[in-house]
Amino acid sequence: MTRVLVLCAALVAFLFAPIAASAVEPDEVLDDPVLEQRARDLSQGLRCLVCRNESIDESNADLARDLRLLVRERLVAGDSDEDAIDFIVARYGEYVLLKPTVTGANWLLWAAGPIMLLIAAGVGFIYLRGRSRAAPTPEEKLSDSEVARLKEILDD
Amino acid sequence: MITELGHFALILAFMVAIVQMIVPLIGAQKRWPGWMAVAEPAANVQFLLTGFAFAALMWAFITSDFSLRLVVLNSHSAKPMLYKISGTWGNHEGSMLLWVLIVTLFGAMAAWFGGSLPPGLRARVLSVQSAIAVAFFAFILFTSNPFLRMAVPPFDGQDLNPLLQDPGLAFHPPFLYLGYVGLSMSFSFAVAALIEGRVDAAWGRWVRPWTLAAWVFLTIGIALGSWWAYYELGWGGFWFWDPVENASFMPWLLAAALLHSAIVVEKREALKSWTILLAILAFGFSLIGTFIVRSGLLTSVHAFANDPERGVFILIILAVFTGGALTLFAARAQEMEAKGVFGIVSRESALLTNNILLAVSCFVVFFGTLWPIIAEMFFDRKLSVGPPFFNAAFTPFMVLLGLILPVGSMLPWKRGRLGRAAWSLRYAFVLSVALALLVWTMQTGQSVLGPTGLFLGAWVVSGAAMDLWSRTGRSGRLGRLMRLPRADWGKATAHAGLGITIFAVAGLTAWEQEDIRVVQFNEPFEVGEYTLTLKRVERVSGPNYISTMGFVRLEEDGHEIALLRPEKRDYPVARMPTTEAAIDYRLMRDVYVVIGDQQNNGGWTVRTYIKPFANWIWGGCIMMALGGFISLSDRRFRVAAGARKAPEGGVPAE
Repeated sequence: MTRVLVLCAALVAFLFAPIAASAVEPDEVLDDPVLEQRARDLSQGLRCLVCRNESIDESNADLARDLRLLVRERLVAGDSDEDAIDFIVARYGEYVLLKPTVTGANWLLWAAGPIMLLIAAGVGFIYLRGRSRAAPTPEEKLSDSEVARLKEILDD
Repeated sequence: MITELGHFALILAFMVAIVQMIVPLIGAQKRWPGWMAVAEPAANVQFLLTGFAFAALMWAFITSDFSLRLVVLNSHSAKPMLYKISGTWGNHEGSMLLWVLIVTLFGAMAAWFGGSLPPGLRARVLSVQSAIAVAFFAFILFTSNPFLRMAVPPFDGQDLNPLLQDPGLAFHPPFLYLGYVGLSMSFSFAVAALIEGRVDAAWGRWVRPWTLAAWVFLTIGIALGSWWAYYELGWGGFWFWDPVENASFMPWLLAAALLHSAIVVEKREALKSWTILLAILAFGFSLIGTFIVRSGLLTSVHAFANDPERGVFILIILAVFTGGALTLFAARAQEMEAKGVFGIVSRESALLTNNILLAVSCFVVFFGTLWPIIAEMFFDRKLSVGPPFFNAAFTPFMVLLGLILPVGSMLPWKRGRLGRAAWSLRYAFVLSVALALLVWTMQTGQSVLGPTGLFLGAWVVSGAAMDLWSRTGRSGRLGRLMRLPRADWGKATAHAGLGITIFAVAGLTAWEQEDIRVVQFNEPFEVGEYTLTLKRVERVSGPNYISTMGFVRLEEDGHEIALLRPEKRDYPVARMPTTEAAIDYRLMRDVYVVIGDQQNNGGWTVRTYIKPFANWIWGGCIMMALGGFISLSDRRFRVAAGARKAPEGGVPAE
């Protein structure tokens, strides 16, 4: 089911942005392999704004191509990775970042996992300690019907 | 005519489901055997009627009956037969009908195989299962009826989304649904046990095969979807942390946790209330997944089924079932006291750790998926949570899980010693470290991701092998190995499959090579150790599409090893292009070629990827599923689930 519906959504996305290119095109690639690699790494963390949950590195929408070119332009102009990202966030907003920053309320998102793990581990440990100190409960006697059923299973 | 009969059968099934929901439950409370006995024939009738309705819809698709609205919207007379059939569930209405068909199938199976259950429990399980069916029958009939006719039938249909016209995707939804809906059985057992107020070892034994079956089907369904994404979307990604993918992954994680905690219930009568809670949550997450996908809640930019009415309906179903079950849980949980006593280091505690890691990692996925909504509603921030977050936040849990898995599965029940379990794994550990170091020295200047993944994978796989070996005792080992219970083999196979998948994901991510360039005909170019040559590009027409097909010769050491035919297809009716990557599948690596557009200078864009160990990802998933099947065939389950022999003359034979 899930795929089906993603795809239907993708279909709509495609209709909005008719295919002009597909992902990174050869003419976009920078001559300097180090710069190009940095551009690829940055692209993977930036969201294609007209697609569903695709990075600009994967997307074939026109807007994604524009953003890829913009990233490369900034890097060629001598921006550091952070500067380039800041530039794009200033233009398109925080929505463009696939990896949310740890600012404001977002610390809750990043800390949720570790906090939950600590709580779960604490509860689990208390439970385990309780179990290791508990007095064993006396074995319950089987009822007559259970004895009969047990014999039936064992005879199988 | 057949369509109307199908529609009528669906309405009848809805009626039968209502009866089956109410009568056996009252019968079980009042201990009236006649009322309880209604459940079994009702479950069968319900399944047959729904099956007929589904067959009627499928018939309409097969015969391209364009008087049916659904067929017009999702089919075309020129579409290949396989996709006419799979088109039945390749849309919202049809997929909901498949969903409810599987709900009734599981209900009927509980009636067939539930002969050994106490009558009260069986009646309650079937009643709860039927309540789920009632909710979805109502959903289909009132908001998503597949049997609506057109006033003026058109001459031909609008075709199925071309991305869905693919064998991998044709069978992806049925498996996924078998998994989602299979968890409804665990849910029904949990709620029935809460109503009865009794959870014991027998309950754990009854609920495990259902959970295991659901988990196996979910594994296959997710793997098929991921494999499809790999070869179809055109750059070989296999997992995107898309909300809709997460919706299927969360129930999988919880089902895996439930499988393991039900073992503790069965063997040691502990962790009872936690297991019940997990069973409720696992099915709850299946429903949440349905809600996320159908409501358009998380797809605000381009939603598919962005239909508030349907979304609200599913939200109500979700609230009633999980809310109701959790309330019942709160009222009854304290009655279930644990019996088994065990030390802080024991198999029980290892399984508890497994549950903590799986449940918390599921929580991380859930929180990350919902965070954009929370942030927008409460903090007025519009942001995205994408793969980089999930990779960073989720992976540590899987690493921890992989690290403790071999040790945990060697620990004895009740009380164990960590040192002893670790010592018996010394060869596995040395082997894994040696392999990782070897690979680390062989690769040049790359990250530690590959070697770490290899260490973890080898550790889990060799740990599973040591676990099997340690069960054979001192003498006659090989013979004993073959006579081990199938549950032991299933466990080792599934664990080894997990190790292989972990390694493959890390290896593929670390060692993938990519090449993007403009290629002229007959000018060879090199990628890694391979030489590729674009020979020619042709226009080919398929049954319902036109294809631009490239012919690429793949050479290794001067020998041609494959002729690859990457395609770009255009489906004129659906007005949509797709890419069909050409993949040379090999054991150690795939060569993955995609053809792009023609450039102004006459050359063609060609993308080439070398993807090491890609097949191992799905190989590992297949092993996990296979392990589940092997365990399911274990004698204990057959005895527990098998039909009870009627006592002769009403008196148990002495």
